[in-house]
Amino acid sequence: MSDVAERVKKIVVDHLGVEEGKVTENASFIDDLGADSLDTVELVMAFEEEFGCEIPDDAAEKILTVKDAIDFIKANAAA
Amino acid sequence: MRRVVVTGLGLVTPLGVGHKLNWERLIAGQSGIRAITGFDASDLASKVAGQVPRGDGDGLFNPDAFIPPKDQRKMDDFIIFAIAAAHEAIKDSGWVPQTDEERELTGVMVGSGIGGLPGIAEGAVTLAEKGPRRISPFFIPACLINLASGHISIQHGFKGPNHAVVTACSTGAHAIGDASRLIMLGDADVMVAGGTEAAVSRLGVGGFAAMRALSTAFNDTPEKASRPYDKDRDGFVIGEGSGVVVLEELEHAKKRGAHIYAEVVGYGMSGDAYHISAPAEDGNGGFRSMRNALKRAGLDPASIDYVNAHGTSTPLGDEIELGAVKRLFGTAMDSVAMSSTKSAIGHLLGAAGAVEAIYSIKAINHGIVPPTLNLENPSESCLGVNLVPKVAQERRVRAALSNSFGFGGTNASLVFKEFA
Repeated sequence: MSDVAERVKKIVVDHLGVEEGKVTENASFIDDLGADSLDTVELVMAFEEEFGCEIPDDAAEKILTVKDAIDFIKANAAA
Repeated sequence: MRRVVVTGLGLVTPLGVGHKLNWERLIAGQSGIRAITGFDASDLASKVAGQVPRGDGDGLFNPDAFIPPKDQRKMDDFIIFAIAAAHEAIKDSGWVPQTDEERELTGVMVGSGIGGLPGIAEGAVTLAEKGPRRISPFFIPACLINLASGHISIQHGFKGPNHAVVTACSTGAHAIGDASRLIMLGDADVMVAGGTEAAVSRLGVGGFAAMRALSTAFNDTPEKASRPYDKDRDGFVIGEGSGVVVLEELEHAKKRGAHIYAEVVGYGMSGDAYHISAPAEDGNGGFRSMRNALKRAGLDPASIDYVNAHGTSTPLGDEIELGAVKRLFGTAMDSVAMSSTKSAIGHLLGAAGAVEAIYSIKAINHGIVPPTLNLENPSESCLGVNLVPKVAQERRVRAALSNSFGFGGTNASLVFKEFA
């Protein structure tokens, strides 16, 4: 599970086209990384695909930062 | 009524990117038709197409030059082609609105015949194989036709009318005609107008092939496949790309010292009220569309030196259009030159009317009419008609008429006049 953070960060870098250095754990997708509401939906889908888990809409709405994503995946994903 | 002139041109076609390069290649008699690449065409009846040449270098299309790679998946190719053509046309015009009022009087009307067909096909596969939760949130905005106009307005901050025409293969001509009228009526001072298409895909080619509309006899000699008015023509060759012009109110253009390519003097429309895909056999729809455009222009047929035909290279369509032109022009037929530039680039569907409008304007500017390639043995009805076979001709073009006819029996004709 130790590489979950790295894998999440890589997805964020690829999808939002931002520099790796900017993708800190506390970075907010919308406020800090330039995502819009559709980008965040797509990000959640990419997390689901990568980690083979389902992120329900009510949980997805609470995933606002890189850390939120890492924590959710660590708690819910098998991979 | 206010007068409208063309002050910017932009092209992305099978002959390449850029209106100057397009023109050089077009009048040199080059063809942009090749064997289909990019997807499996082995089981398709037609294996040739006019695809936009991609890569880095002069005239090649590189989407990264217009859209960051991460954003490209948010739009189908028809949008990227339109953004690229608009980029050239706007830069060419030199128009950069400085005030809110100027931005609010600058609009966009770029249409498409089919829109994001490849994206829709892909989305349907995702739905069937993986279910609705895997559909991208960008699926809808990537495919919607008016998102070409939407993206152009967002990129350039144009806050005037934002509109998109959808009239199959007449789209590009209708967009330029309708956008001109918005300027005439004062809804805008400047309009970015044209058409775009990127339906050269398995579903697109398969669909048109199912209608028996495409050329199938020249799969081994792609450059010979599009041959309007030739006895051996056997259907159209599908093409992709975009044509965009900047239209401007005359005094607005003069005041800022803009280069004026031509004046939009005539626009005519009609409906066949006949069949979903076949043109009315008496050519009445095309005839009325041309007649209405000339009436609006206040010109008689003898004043038209060049007709850019719809001329798709289908056995029926070419014949019917030629009949309508003959009927309208009468004795003026002896002096007019008429060619189909689809012989070089194929049929760009919703982009065709805009691309061909630009070629017509270039003919006026350069005093050269582009050729109808592959016109080896003209049909009998072509006797005595100057269809500019194979080689471009130098001649003064005071005014040019460009025809576009679409499925559903929708017809549009534009008349451009030299600006002295």
